[in-house]
Amino acid sequence: MSTIDEAIDEIATDFALLPDWEERISYVIELGRALAPLPEAERNEANRVRGCASQVWLVSERRADAPDRLFFRGESDAHLVRGEIALLLRLFSDRTPAEIISADPRAVFERLGLKDALTAQRSNGLFAMMNRIQAEARAAA
Amino acid sequence: MSFDVAATRAQFPILSREVYGRPLVYLDNAASAQKPRAVIDAMSTAMECSYANVHRGLHTLANETTEAYEAARASVSRFINAPSPDTVVFTKGGTEAINIVAAGLDVKAGDEIVLSVMEHHANIVPWHFLRERKGAVLRWLDVDDDGNLDLSALDALISPRTRIVALTHMSNVLGVKTPAAQIVEVAHARGVPVLLDGCQAVVHDRVDVRALDADFYAFTGHKLYGPTGIGVLYGKREQLASLPPFEGGGEMIDIVEQERITYNEPPHRFEAGTPPILEAIGLGAAIAWLESQDRKAIASHEARLCEAMMSALRELDGVTLYGQSPDKAAIVAFNVDGAHPHDVAQILDRQGVAVRAGHHCAQPLMRRLGVTATARASFACYNTLEEVSVFMEALHKSRKLLG
Repeated sequence: MSTIDEAIDEIATDFALLPDWEERISYVIELGRALAPLPEAERNEANRVRGCASQVWLVSERRADAPDRLFFRGESDAHLVRGEIALLLRLFSDRTPAEIISADPRAVFERLGLKDALTAQRSNGLFAMMNRIQAEARAAA
Repeated sequence: MSFDVAATRAQFPILSREVYGRPLVYLDNAASAQKPRAVIDAMSTAMECSYANVHRGLHTLANETTEAYEAARASVSRFINAPSPDTVVFTKGGTEAINIVAAGLDVKAGDEIVLSVMEHHANIVPWHFLRERKGAVLRWLDVDDDGNLDLSALDALISPRTRIVALTHMSNVLGVKTPAAQIVEVAHARGVPVLLDGCQAVVHDRVDVRALDADFYAFTGHKLYGPTGIGVLYGKREQLASLPPFEGGGEMIDIVEQERITYNEPPHRFEAGTPPILEAIGLGAAIAWLESQDRKAIASHEARLCEAMMSALRELDGVTLYGQSPDKAAIVAFNVDGAHPHDVAQILDRQGVAVRAGHHCAQPLMRRLGVTATARASFACYNTLEEVSVFMEALHKSRKLLG
């Protein structure tokens, strides 16, 4: 399995292959559509990520077959945010807490190559989601 | 009647910039308006030529700055037709203006505050503080689907325990104007004072606080083409005099002894510490600039833009408009079926079009409308019909990408 760094490069390469911002945004929307929805019960207050202007829920879990790793699932009511969640899950789910903590959230967004398609506003929650993922990792470390 | 929007635009330096390589189409004016050159120059000239702290110094610059600061107060007073400048308190914004009243009101457990579900959080949360801290009861006035207040319901909501009616003069989400003069009449008939949140209304309409007979009128500078960090609390003299100080510090005192203190008279009683001097000067300049414009022509221009956008949006299937009251101005709230307003706003942004999306600090209204968020385009004097077309094209593209 690739490292977080390699996964960022893979995604950045995917984006770079798309000819323009519309294709890149469509791709993010597609990723969001492919994201498995969270069951209603998991869209609860405890899983809600604060600091996102749209509603975002993130579930972190351990699995018996890989006890040293953290797994994430998530959902939002906004398409683009769902796509961003899908990207973050590709980067951070099924990783050890140490790997997750070592990532620099700002560098992740810079390197993904999404800047020409999406403004990384505080309110769209990308950073809030990354903070949440890293907080879960710190708690689990 | 012709309104020279090109000449108006030319006075706003920021409007020449691009976003993602496209000309900026700024339709987030209800959140904050851009600033004309006159405001920018007034503030930088003050810093370059005549600046010191106000009210204290005995030197030339202190005197000049004090005069400029007090001249700004006089401009505000004239602008809203207040009886005199000492009924105008400078605050750091509309929020602080409302907080000063809420914090100062003599409220006992069981006393009631009347609000509407259409308020901005700035006119909700300070009253929630009274509910939490003093046991006040919040009574909520409903609106219909288009955001019209029910005046007869207002009368029914007022009881002998009602301490104040605090309502918006124009919804920041729907652009709907409230019948402020009648609201005041109904409340005064029951002996209850009225605070009006004029943050939006003061931008688009001539406001006359004496004609309205409002007890308090709050607004902010930055939506009025002025700087951030400055707002206004107008209050009738006896109403302001009845309020205790909000913050303690310099300027707001009369005599300070070790075991005793007396406070300055309004408005200075509420202006603790060094006030936002440059911002007040900037607000004065914004008002002077606005008064030099044909405000009626601006209002009809904005109405044309609003109507053009609303009729274009009505043509589209799967777009919901909120707040279609005939008495509205300059704000268009909408949603695109199957898309979150944030999706819409982000894809519009990529095309150089700035709109707001979210709950607009009005969660009770969102609940009333049955949504979690809306997109919102809001106009200022410098927007154009061409920009409405650019917005519509950008929206078509957004819908296609999200479809």
